[in-house]
Amino acid sequence: MTDTSPPDSTNAPAAPGSALYRHRLTTRLWHWLNVVTIFIMIGSGLTILNAHPHLYWGQYGANPDHPWFNPPHAPSFLTIPAGYNLAIARRWHLLFALVFAFGLLAFMVSSLINRHFQKDLRIRLKELAPAHLWFDLKEHLAFRFHDPKKPGAFNIFQKLSYVLVIFVLIPMMILSGLVLSPTMVAAWPWMLDLLGGRASARSVHFIAASGLVLFIIVHLVLVILAGAWPEVKSMVTGWWTIPADHDQEEAA
Amino acid sequence: MSAIITRRALLTTGALGAGALLSGCDQVANTPSLRKILFSGEKINHGLARALTDRNSLAKEYRPDQMSPLFRVNGTSNPNTASYNAMAAENFANWRLEVGGLVNRPLSISHQALMAMPARTQITRHDCVEGWSAIGKWHGPMLGTILKAADVRNAARYVVFTCADLYSGHAYYESLDLIDAFHPQTILAWAMNDRMLSVAHGAPIRLRVERQLGYKNAKYVMRVAAVASLAGIGLGKGGYWEDRVDYDWYAGI
Repeated sequence: MTDTSPPDSTNAPAAPGSALYRHRLTTRLWHWLNVVTIFIMIGSGLTILNAHPHLYWGQYGANPDHPWFNPPHAPSFLTIPAGYNLAIARRWHLLFALVFAFGLLAFMVSSLINRHFQKDLRIRLKELAPAHLWFDLKEHLAFRFHDPKKPGAFNIFQKLSYVLVIFVLIPMMILSGLVLSPTMVAAWPWMLDLLGGRASARSVHFIAASGLVLFIIVHLVLVILAGAWPEVKSMVTGWWTIPADHDQEEAA
Repeated sequence: MSAIITRRALLTTGALGAGALLSGCDQVANTPSLRKILFSGEKINHGLARALTDRNSLAKEYRPDQMSPLFRVNGTSNPNTASYNAMAAENFANWRLEVGGLVNRPLSISHQALMAMPARTQITRHDCVEGWSAIGKWHGPMLGTILKAADVRNAARYVVFTCADLYSGHAYYESLDLIDAFHPQTILAWAMNDRMLSVAHGAPIRLRVERQLGYKNAKYVMRVAAVASLAGIGLGKGGYWEDRVDYDWYAGI
């Protein structure tokens, strides 16, 4: 596999039906590692949430205090383990938290070195111009997700959502998770102050997790709309078959 | 391949995969060899915490105006055994804290003597494993002072606490390593929120170990013993919840 060579996103337009090397090995490994890890983190996290399904703001929060939100009880078909067991859920959560956190670190380091971030995720000012955003939104609503001139490049909404996940949501999950550890926060109290207290950190943890779940739903829907098979294949092999453009697909 | 079939196949595969992964997780937790891997997270996290953080770092201490208006009672609210009720009826006048095990000077400390010892006052946050937390003010001698007075032998690795409250007929017990046992914020609190510790909160004394979760903070402590290994204590994992329901012995997360 030619992982040292960058994707052809900036090369000359490629014809529909031809293959484009789109995802590097590190990106693919991290993606599938996260499929498993985030699945386990959400399942075990829901069990932990079931133990005390009340969220508060501030330094403390317990039954006598006022919650801002009482999440509904997570049903057993969503939780790990299926039957309520806080101890086992914590074993899953705290082991895979390490995979999650060090996985992000490895992906970030490798993506800086292989210039994935600089080349594919860098947002240019002109992409944020209202006219460009409006144009891309209309393209999305018409189910056209690729610029025929640069089919390998991410569109602005892709860039924004990937940047949000990689640089905001996942780091926020890790930071707010660390703040929940009484040992870590004793050593690094600035983290506690940054999030405004332990009860707030637990709420932030929940909100960031909800954001991640929302991203996953939208991501899956768009993968299916963009062409499930070529998209999944490209995340497995790295090679993406450029789809025929929308009108041709309709006609076919 | 038509797009519709692919989509349907993908959704089905995804749903089946998710279901298999969910039930697979329960299989893992029930298979001894895989369970061992699952449970290795505790040692990794413990090792990382010890390696990355200052062993003497102090848990945050709060201002009086940051305290929980009402500190909820959790776990046992009254041991309610004949011997405990007799001690409580006398306001623990005849209660004595036994300090033994691998020590050169076993101690038997009365409630009066304990309350006369130099004490530490700390307003700290209690974090329950379930996710709630409450801030309260605790007052009592440092465990380290008592252990030094008892002169812990070199062979000792852990300190075990035996309590007056019974769980399925057995006294509650917990244990700490010497790092947390000698930590300055680890105290045997006999007062809480400027009052004598109530029965509901663990009278006559409650262990405060501020960098670990609530279940390590044993109430109704009767005996403190230095030991070389946790093997002979309960079922060998160092605490009631650790032995019975697989909670981590290291409860720093």
